[in-house]
Amino acid sequence: MTGKEYRTITDVKGPLVFLNKTEPVAFGEIVELRMEDGTIKNGQVLDTSDELVVVQVFEGTASVNLNTGVKFMGDVFKLPVSKGLIGRILDGAGRPRDGGPDVVPDAHHDIIGAAINPYSRASPHDFIQTGVSAIDCCTTLVRGQKLPIFSASGLPHNDIALQIARQAKLTDSDEEFIVVFCAMGITAEEYNFFRSDLERTGALENAVLFVNLADDPAVERLITPRLALTAAEYLAFELDYHVLVIYTDMTNYCDSLRQIGAAREEVPGRRGYPGYMYTDLAMLYERAGLIKGKKGSITQFPILTMPGDDITHPIPDLSGYITEGQIVISRELHQAGIYPPINVLPSLSRLMGGCIGEKTTREDHKSVSDQMYAAYAQGRELRGLVAIVGEDALNERDKQLLEFSGLFEDKFLRQSRDEDRSLDETLNLCWDLMQNISTKYLVRLDQKWIDKYHPVDKKE
Amino acid sequence: MSKEGVIYRISGPVVTATGMSAAMYNIVRVGNEGLMGEVIELHGDKAVIQVYEDTSGIRPGEPVINTGETLSVALGPGLLTEIYDGIQRPLATLEKVMGSFISRGVDADGINMEKKWAFEATVSAGDEVTSGQVIGTVQETDTIVHKVMLKPGVSGVVKSVKSGDFNVTETVCTLEDGTEVQMMQKWPVRTPRPYKQKYAPDTPLITGMRILDFLFPLAKGGAAGIPGPFGSGKTVTQQSLAKYSDAQIVVYIGCGERGNEMTEVLDEFPHLIDPNTGQPLMNRTVMIANTSNMPVAAREASVYTGITIAEYFRDMGYDVALMADSTSRWAEAMREISSRLEEMPGEEGYPAYLSSRLAEFYERAGRVETMDGGDGSVTVIGAVSPAGGDISEPVSQGTLRIVKVFWGLDAGLARQRHFPAINWLGSYSLYPQSLNQWFRDNIAQDFPEIRTEISGLLQVEAELQEIVQLVGSDALPTDQQLTLEVARMIREYFLQQNGFHDVDAYSGIDQQYKMAKAILTFQDSAKKAMAAGALLDDVVNVQARTDLMRGRFEKGYLPKMDGLVDAMVKEIAAAVEEN
Repeated sequence: MTGKEYRTITDVKGPLVFLNKTEPVAFGEIVELRMEDGTIKNGQVLDTSDELVVVQVFEGTASVNLNTGVKFMGDVFKLPVSKGLIGRILDGAGRPRDGGPDVVPDAHHDIIGAAINPYSRASPHDFIQTGVSAIDCCTTLVRGQKLPIFSASGLPHNDIALQIARQAKLTDSDEEFIVVFCAMGITAEEYNFFRSDLERTGALENAVLFVNLADDPAVERLITPRLALTAAEYLAFELDYHVLVIYTDMTNYCDSLRQIGAAREEVPGRRGYPGYMYTDLAMLYERAGLIKGKKGSITQFPILTMPGDDITHPIPDLSGYITEGQIVISRELHQAGIYPPINVLPSLSRLMGGCIGEKTTREDHKSVSDQMYAAYAQGRELRGLVAIVGEDALNERDKQLLEFSGLFEDKFLRQSRDEDRSLDETLNLCWDLMQNISTKYLVRLDQKWIDKYHPVDKKE
Repeated sequence: MSKEGVIYRISGPVVTATGMSAAMYNIVRVGNEGLMGEVIELHGDKAVIQVYEDTSGIRPGEPVINTGETLSVALGPGLLTEIYDGIQRPLATLEKVMGSFISRGVDADGINMEKKWAFEATVSAGDEVTSGQVIGTVQETDTIVHKVMLKPGVSGVVKSVKSGDFNVTETVCTLEDGTEVQMMQKWPVRTPRPYKQKYAPDTPLITGMRILDFLFPLAKGGAAGIPGPFGSGKTVTQQSLAKYSDAQIVVYIGCGERGNEMTEVLDEFPHLIDPNTGQPLMNRTVMIANTSNMPVAAREASVYTGITIAEYFRDMGYDVALMADSTSRWAEAMREISSRLEEMPGEEGYPAYLSSRLAEFYERAGRVETMDGGDGSVTVIGAVSPAGGDISEPVSQGTLRIVKVFWGLDAGLARQRHFPAINWLGSYSLYPQSLNQWFRDNIAQDFPEIRTEISGLLQVEAELQEIVQLVGSDALPTDQQLTLEVARMIREYFLQQNGFHDVDAYSGIDQQYKMAKAILTFQDSAKKAMAAGALLDDVVNVQARTDLMRGRFEKGYLPKMDGLVDAMVKEIAAAVEEN
């Protein structure tokens, strides 16, 4: 059927083209549209019947008219994959963007991706050391996890993501991560920042970049992460690499989803986003993990900016229901000049419990993490009280906790952009800081860890 | 009209076929690959089908074949320890056939058709047998005897019956009218299985979680809803219930949730021991895993598949507990299908029939007299994931209108690391009235009174806390400061429970009663001591109380409790003399 070109477009609306009287066209089939000036646009079939076909055009419908030629390619969207992807920069539709030749494919993989059979999954339990104290101690990242950064505009989430990509390593092996970077609707400036950093550190040679920028077609963003994840799956489950997928910014992706939904006149869900957004996001996030009997892994690090810093907005809300925790960036800490401004209180790593402890990290890790969290939480709460009643009204315990919360931010959270702390350094730092609280208030620490790790206790 | 039609239109999981005679809810095979689908709407010649697998690449003009059947599950020995997708395909079989990723167009039997089971007849030739009657047994796992029943609607006189090793499709019994009976029966998932009558629930489902059993008990045969925002511990609570509740059979439905969570359950359950029987938990469990990225239509079907299996075990006379995590994802699947059908939406885009579907589902819970004359129950516990944690949304509200137990999870408590993060002020159970007699007879005569006292203290604490926020706790009179201290003990010693701790994860109901009683004993002796001149600080800080509270993390706590409480009382009394 390929080769036949139809000129039967009846309607063009937003990114959608409607045409009739075609041969049977497959659902999800790839489409080429030839403009009058000979340029080619790509699209995909969203709805097909005997009379009517709806095509979503990735590059937008500018200059499409009723004479535009439409060619159905006979297949669903596939990405050519091979080892040659490593080190390449591709655009949002998978075409070379670095001026290099086309990737010589070993295979073509369907970009929608099949679900991993839950029975075939292996449980993630390998600790990834990121060198960032707040993450390693309090929201530990695990190989095969999907852990998003919930940020907001104007915050340094990109720096944090890059620092993690640079520093992430397993403590018991030298295996390096392959970074698959997927840009969706970010600015050229942000992209250059990412690229030059990857170039500077030499990581670019071990990375694959899929880039859709803010001025690239919005609809194309819907396939960019699928291309990236298809590449990641190939590298992880066929070539045995450990893959770290960073995608930014999920908020732009969701807005494109909403745009298509609106153009199709679908019944909108909350805030105009389509009712199937949960399923759609799950189809991306769930492509992380490990498979029994395969060496590779996919760890996902999506970045999303919360509109209006609102964590109940549908995008972070639905993401939080799917991902295995979240790292929340705080504007308050950022404005206080602390980098990385990670607010550990709403942050969470759901897989942490199974991956820390004597065998994998350190025997006191869980106790220390609980105690640091609890003391900081209480200290933060006291700040509100102090604003009303003044510091003098606090008892000894509260004074210590209040002071600790400041140290927590200044010494524990704060580190420089290229400071790579080992887990031992991080935990020892915790013990140092906890000296400022009398041991009788450290109720979450087992006595045996206090005996073993607590430096000279100056408050007792 | 024939059994075979052709595809007219494809829109995501919804396919329209023409030229085929079909009835509502018929199962059809769609396209050249024979994808499984179900007829959900008829318009003249057109049948609208929801397809349980991905439809990419399917074209108009491909064939659609009506099987004439409705969506059914295979019921018989072999269900236990299995893990299924939403339409009862065993995931292990799927892995064998298609590898680690789920592709499409593969059919798999719900239960193993080859395996031989030792069938022992419990009826003999000449016996009159009625619909739903047990005719024999199979030892399915170490703990569970599978009772082979006549399919509802079948009855007569036994002509012949034989004990021995059979697979599930071999005839084990023949009736005079020639009906052949096999161990396996099929049942349409959307039709509730029949029973003689529903009883009022009078026995609690003991879950081992103190806040649930003691303050907000759920009856066997009841229904409960657990709404909560992400990160508040819905799944951990559901998994604890699956592990420790004293049901004989557990059906766990992972409906549109994370793949890794199901893996965790799969890794963990075979090694965990059921505290009630001492056997691996897996032996009493059937699991259904239709994760968030598996086809939406199969997600819609998964809760029906699960509850039909639960009813089947109920009909054998077992107490069955069913966990559905999460019903919100099920509702979203309905919403997605409904919007593809271009139906007029109700609230937040959900279909107008959302609340009636929820009601129908929860109504399949209940304690019944089975067709065989036995006593069985299905208890349903549904997690709800409200958007933004706001339970004014339709799924939460639709659920709360039906269920009698509401365990409300609270993000604030979760953030304070208070687990289980169930809000004791907002949650409720409407069962205490019907269960009080059981608690009086089986645990202690004053059980209901102790519960009232404990929840009263928590209520008073909430009021006092409002004052403390303004003036600080030092400004309160000492008796109120003591009340705050007692309430803190309730929260930290009794309500908080570590679901991951070997010992603390499960508290027997008699231990729960003793712990509650110990708190009240502390209050009484502290009051007495303070009336006699002891200082609040001295009373509160007695070492014996710390020992009592810490002791719950150690094995063999229950027999030691009396001694620990006595020691506490003595030490508090001694605090008077110090002054």
